[in-house]
Amino acid sequence: MVSEKKVAAETKLAREIRMGDLDPDFKKEISKIPGIEKIKLCFQCGTCTADCPIARFSEVYSPRKIMRMTQLGMKDRLLSSESLWLCAACLTCVDHCPQGVDIAAVVRALRNMAVKEGIIPDVFKELTNNILETGYAYRIPELRLKKRLEKGLPPLPEADIEDVSKLFEVIAISNIAKMEKK
Amino acid sequence: MAELKYLLFLGCVIPYRIASYETSSRKVLKKLGVELVEMLEFNCCGLPIDGVNHDAMLLLAARNLCLAEQQGLNILTLCPGCAGTLRKVNKSLQEDKRLKERVNGYLKEIGMEFKGGKIAVRHLIQALVEDVGLEKIRGSIVKPLTGLRVAEHNGCHVLRPAKYIGFDDPENPVLLKRLIEATGAECLDYMYETDCCGAPIIGVNDKIPLYLAGDKLRNIKAVNAQALITVCPFCHMMFDINQPRIERLLSEKFGMPVLHYPQLLGLAMGFTPEEMALEELRVDATNLLNNNLKAQSKTGSSKIILGN
Repeated sequence: MVSEKKVAAETKLAREIRMGDLDPDFKKEISKIPGIEKIKLCFQCGTCTADCPIARFSEVYSPRKIMRMTQLGMKDRLLSSESLWLCAACLTCVDHCPQGVDIAAVVRALRNMAVKEGIIPDVFKELTNNILETGYAYRIPELRLKKRLEKGLPPLPEADIEDVSKLFEVIAISNIAKMEKK
Repeated sequence: MAELKYLLFLGCVIPYRIASYETSSRKVLKKLGVELVEMLEFNCCGLPIDGVNHDAMLLLAARNLCLAEQQGLNILTLCPGCAGTLRKVNKSLQEDKRLKERVNGYLKEIGMEFKGGKIAVRHLIQALVEDVGLEKIRGSIVKPLTGLRVAEHNGCHVLRPAKYIGFDDPENPVLLKRLIEATGAECLDYMYETDCCGAPIIGVNDKIPLYLAGDKLRNIKAVNAQALITVCPFCHMMFDINQPRIERLLSEKFGMPVLHYPQLLGLAMGFTPEEMALEELRVDATNLLNNNLKAQSKTGSSKIILGN
C-alpha cells in the first residue's frame, strides 16, 4: 500500500533539488520512446493536475510535478517515487493538455523504467504472474467456472498459455512474473 | 438491416466477478438480433500490465487482434478497458509501419502476423448506438421504465483518449444518456459526472478510489437518482461491490443500486429481474423496481416522479 504519509515525506524531500542529482540527458532519453516525444513541450500550466480526479483526493499526487521532474532529469527520485503508481489512467489529462503531451504515456514509460530497475508494486507482480500462468489478469476460481455453466453461460474459453509464455520470453519479462512479493 | 455478428471478447474482470453483466448483455443482444461468436483462446487485453512493460501490452493486444483477423469478425467487448486497448493498438499498428514490423517480429514466435485494416473493435454501447441504432432499441421496449430516475457513469476508456476512440464527446458525453432514455427512464446530470471511479489504483492505494467513488455516489444521491447505470465491469465493482466499504469509510449510507446498462435495457424489454441477474448485485436493486411499479400503479399515471 502507498501511504499518503510516506509519499508526503517523499514530497518534502523532493522540494530540495541538488544539481548533482539531475541527469540532463534523461529527457532526451525518454523522449525517444514513441508517444513521449512531446514531454519537452510541457510548460507547467498545471491543467493535468487541476483536472485529475486522483489529485482531487490526494495530497501528493501531481502529474504536473511528474512532468517537471522528468524534464529536469530527476530520474532516481522519479523511479523510486511511490506516487508514480497512483495514476488511474483515466486519460483526462491526455485529452486536456494544451501542449498535446501524452502525460499518461510518460507515467507509463517511467513505470516501465522503474520495473527494469526492480521497483514494482506487488499488485503488478501478481497481475503479470496471473497472465503468464493463466492468460487472464485474474485467477478465476473453479467455483465461478462451474457457476457459469449453472447459469447457462458458455464455458470460459481457455487461453493459449504456451503462446503467452513465448511472448513473455521474447520480450524478457517472465522474470517479473516470478518475482517474490514483498 | 444486415445481420450483426461479432466475436465476443470477454476480458478478465467479467468472468472473474461480474457475471451479471455478461448474462444481461448476452440476452439483450440476442433479442436485438445480434449474433455473438465465442472468441476462443483469447488472452488478457494487455492493459493491466502496460505499466509493467509496454511491449507486453502491445503483444497481448496484438495476439487478440490476430485471432479476430483469422476469423474475419469484428470484436465486441463489454469492458471499456479492453475496448480502448484493442482499438488503440489496432489503430497504432495500422498507422505506424515501424511499430507493426517490430510487433510482427515478435508475433512470428507464435506463428501469427498482424495484417491490419481487416477488423474493427467495438464497445457494447458503441455497437448499440452505431450498429444496432437507437431506433431499433426504442422499438424493442415493451415495458417502459417511465418514472425511474437514474444517473450514468461512462467508463473512461469508452471515451478517452478522444484521438483514438472517436466516440461521443468525452467532455459532455450524451450517448449513454440517449440509450438510457430509450428505456423510458430519465437520466439525470450530477456534479463531477465525467470523473473516473478510481478503480485502477485499488491495490496500490485503496483510500483515494474509495473517497473518489464515495464523492460520486454522494453527488448522485444529491440529485435524487434511484440508481446508477454503468457500462464497465471495473466501475461496477467500484460502485457496487465496494459500496459497503465506501459507506464504512465515509460513515455515510448510500444504498445506491448499481445496474449494468443491459440490465436496465433488459427490464424495459420485458425480461424478468431474475433473467437479468439482478439478485447478483451487491446493493439490493429489487426494491428499486418494486417501489417504481408500486408507485406507478398507485398513481395510475405513466409519468410519475418519485421523491426521495
